[in-house]
Formats: sequence, structure tokens, C-alpha cells
Amino acid sequence: MLMIIKTIKSFALLELFRGMFLTFRYIFKAKVTINYPHEKGPLSPRFRGEHALRRYPNGEERCIACKLCEAICPAQAITIEAEPRKDGSRRTVRYDIDMTKCIYCGLCQESCPVDAIVEGPNFEFSTETREELMYNKEKLLLNGDRWEHEIAQNLQSDSSYR
Amino acid sequence: MKEIEINSTTLNFGPQHPAAHGVLRLVVELDGEIVERTEPHIGLLHRGTEKLIEYKNYLQAVPYFDRLDYVSPMCQEHAFALATEKLLKIEVPIRAKYIRVIFAEITRILNHLLNIPAYAADIGAVTPFLWCFEEREKLIEFHEAVSGARFHAAYFRPGGVHQDMPKGMEEKLFNHLETLPKFFDDLEELLTNNRILRQRSVDIGVLTKQEAIDWGCTGPILRSAGVAWDLRRSQPYDVYDKVDFEVPVGKKGDCFDRYLIRIEEMRQSVEIIKQCLNQIEPGDIAIDDNKITPPKRNKMKKSMESLIHHFKLFTEGYRVPQGETYFAVEAPKGEFGVFLVSDGSSKPYRCKIRAPGFAHLQTLDHLSKGHMMADIAAILGSLDVVFGEVDR
Repeated sequence: MLMIIKTIKSFALLELFRGMFLTFRYIFKAKVTINYPHEKGPLSPRFRGEHALRRYPNGEERCIACKLCEAICPAQAITIEAEPRKDGSRRTVRYDIDMTKCIYCGLCQESCPVDAIVEGPNFEFSTETREELMYNKEKLLLNGDRWEHEIAQNLQSDSSYR
Repeated sequence: MKEIEINSTTLNFGPQHPAAHGVLRLVVELDGEIVERTEPHIGLLHRGTEKLIEYKNYLQAVPYFDRLDYVSPMCQEHAFALATEKLLKIEVPIRAKYIRVIFAEITRILNHLLNIPAYAADIGAVTPFLWCFEEREKLIEFHEAVSGARFHAAYFRPGGVHQDMPKGMEEKLFNHLETLPKFFDDLEELLTNNRILRQRSVDIGVLTKQEAIDWGCTGPILRSAGVAWDLRRSQPYDVYDKVDFEVPVGKKGDCFDRYLIRIEEMRQSVEIIKQCLNQIEPGDIAIDDNKITPPKRNKMKKSMESLIHHFKLFTEGYRVPQGETYFAVEAPKGEFGVFLVSDGSSKPYRCKIRAPGFAHLQTLDHLSKGHMMADIAAILGSLDVVFGEVDR
């Protein structure tokens, strides 16, 4: 008996029609695709994207050239040179990140004692040439100025976990 | 003189073949359309991870483990974190253990949600691929919310986990898990009884119990051959001894069994995560020893001692007592092991990685002998190899 039912099911292409019915039902489900450049998926405050160097509210750069990020970077993507300034404070004269080496592990922002280097929420920084991905201090500070609002918000909302 | 006619064709499969799952080059010797010999040429994705780790301290080595099997990143960090903790002789807080198990199981679902549709796509079904990627995306968002990266998380650290789960995530995850078994039902409705999938996978690439053991297979491949061996059950790490789950075992050891086992493992993973979410309690997420885990940021900014610990940890790292250890976890693909040798400094003296995919790939010649050329794609898909870990 079981054999007969099995044979009938097989000849009627039952499982194929059930599969097709299922895919047909999926047509009426809500759409999950988003219209990418205009709509974007959700990002958490912890997202590790493009790097930025931040400033204090008075405009002074935060980085004190302690070189912790340079030391911890597993990919050795960060290069720092430092000199004392005229006013005696220690600041970087060179802060380069090779974004092609960077593996976005977030250890630099974890190690920074003054929250100067951060990985911001920006993930759309593709370029047409390789050279543009060798970030220098100006570029990083510019990123910091551009994304300061979002970065500060993210740091604030995530501060109790850090 | 006797003339021998060798009627064979040698064919190159890959390294750019879409069914080669990455950068695998196969040299296939064919007699007509029957496979006589398959020879995998590996090493095209070799990055020297093991050697690189010898020059990184223990914290810096963590991100390298994400990049081995890039489909199941957290499980590999898990193995490294547990091996380091064994050498350090420390016990992580219970909440960290639960978080690790939750995310290791999410990773397992992610891995199988990629492997099953990729396997189905190799043998002609495209729809599951699109459906599974939708579900993967939803799960990856949990990865991102907790660690800040969708794949390369660097989240499990020796001594605990990096940050606590954000508020409200437990409920969100639980609610999402409620919807998953329904999706698995839909996936099975489409695939399990489908005659095309069955014709392409039943009795293809059969591995007997003894052969599976002899070839060093682990994970779903070993279980499909009928050996009930799961490291989560036989030598439970973290909190796997506190959760209740079943280990699916196959009968035949063919491609179809491997597919079924992966489906069932996903269902079991959902159960494990649910139990963990019910049992988890607030608490510390890393050991309270600033010689190993960095102090909290507000503490570091106020206390001199914490600042010194912070600087020490991010420059030199922590020293691990002399010794050697092997620790294996049940990664989605099989037994993923880390053999660590420490000479007492802050960098590992040697770090040998035991990748399950390597052992599985060597069975390919044995499995495909006598089958048709088109079955190689099916067998390769069911073996679930990822070249990040095979080539290392």
C-alpha cells in the first residue's frame, strides 16, 4: 500500500509542485532588499569602519603620540613620528595609516588612552587608486571633523560597555 | 613489444571555477566521464598565519583566527582563546562562557546556512541561496551589534569576551530564533524530498564508518558515516555541559546524509542558544585580572595603576607560562584545534592550527573515484571546505 502511494506521489511530481507552491507563496512576502545608496542597513554604535583622528572641542588634536596604536596594530599599518612642539606639548608630526594593510580589528581604538584614533561609522571610502588609501594625518583629521557628531554619539551610547 | 592504450583525459578544475568554493585547483583524470583520480592542488591562499602568529602577542593573534575559515570566524577564536586560557590556567566568568557558546552556535548556523545552499546551487537549485542569504544577513547583524564587525569579529579574547552584549539584545535574539525553525522547514520542503537533489546526492561519495575514522574526518562528515562523535558532548568546553542537545548521526555516509545532518545541527543550535539565553545571568564578561584583560576605560582614565596596566598590555602583552597545550573545539566544519607552545614570553613560540577542511579535502580522491565528473562538484560541496583554513 505504502509503495503504491509512493509511486503515485512520484508520478504526480508532488514534491516539485509543493516546492513551486512554496516559492509562489514567497512572492507575496514583504520585500527584504533595500535601495542601497539611498537606504542603508542598520549599523550598531560599535561598528568599525573608516579611521578618524579626533579633536578636543577647542580644536586641539587629541593624539599625544603615545604610539600604543602603532605597537598593537597586528598588520603594522600605522606609522607615527613625533616631536615636541614649541609650547612643550608632545604631538605627532606624522600619522599615517595604510588602509590597504589595515584589517579593521579595532585594536587601535581600544588601545588609545585619549580616544583620538577611532574607527568611525563610515564604510563607503572606496577609491579609484591605491595611493588614495595611504591616509596621512590631514586626511585622518579631516575625517574626524566630518564624522565628529556621529562618532561622539556612538562613543557616548556605548560608553557603559567600554 | 606490447602496446598499451591509456584512455584517459586530464582535466583542470579551478582555481577559478565557481563550484571549487574558493581557490582550489583539481587535476582530474577521467576515463570518458568517469573519474579515475582527483588530485587537489592547494596552497593558493597560503598566508603564513602560523608563522605570523609567532611574531604577534596573544592579543594580536586573535584577528588572525577570524581569517582562517572566514565562514565561521568566532568558533576559531574560541579555540585559540581556550588554548591560551589553558596555558594561563585561568577560568573565565560564567557570563563570558554563555556569551561565547551563544555566538559559537550563531556562527554554526551561519556556516551551515552558507554551505547548504552553496551545495544545492552546485547541483542545480538556486532559490535556497537567496533565501539563506536573507537569514544570514539577519544573524550577521547580531554579530555586528556585539563586536562591531560582520565577520572578522575579534570578539572572543583570552580571558573572556571583548564587550558585553548590548542591552535588549537577548530578547531580540530570542525573538529572532523563534522564526528560524519555520525557515528551516521551508528550506527542507524545497530540498529534502526534491528528486533532483536526491538523484544528485543519495549514494554519492559514500564514506564508511571505518574509512571516515581512518581519513581523520571530524564533524558532520564523521557523524554522517555513523560515528556519534561530537567534541561538545565528549569533552564539553565552556557551558556545553549545562545545555541539552542532540547529536545527529547518519547511516550511509553519502552526500545526502551530510546535508541532512547539517540541517538537524542548525535546529539543535537554535535549541542550544535558547537554553543559553534562558540560563544566562548578568555578571562579568572577562576575568577580573588586569594583568591579562585591559581595565575598563573610565577606570583607565582615572587610576594611575590601571593606566600602567593598559600601557603594559597594549605594548608587551601578557606573559604566558612555559608549556604546551592542544585544545580543540567543535567548529561547524569539524574538529578545529590549536596547538600552542609557549616559551614563557608574551608571544607564542609555536602555534599549530589543525583545520578540519584539510583532512576532509584529502578524502576527495577516495570519494570521487568511479563517480561522474559532475559529482565532484556535489562531493566538494558536501565536504564543506573553505580555503582560508585549508591553506592557512
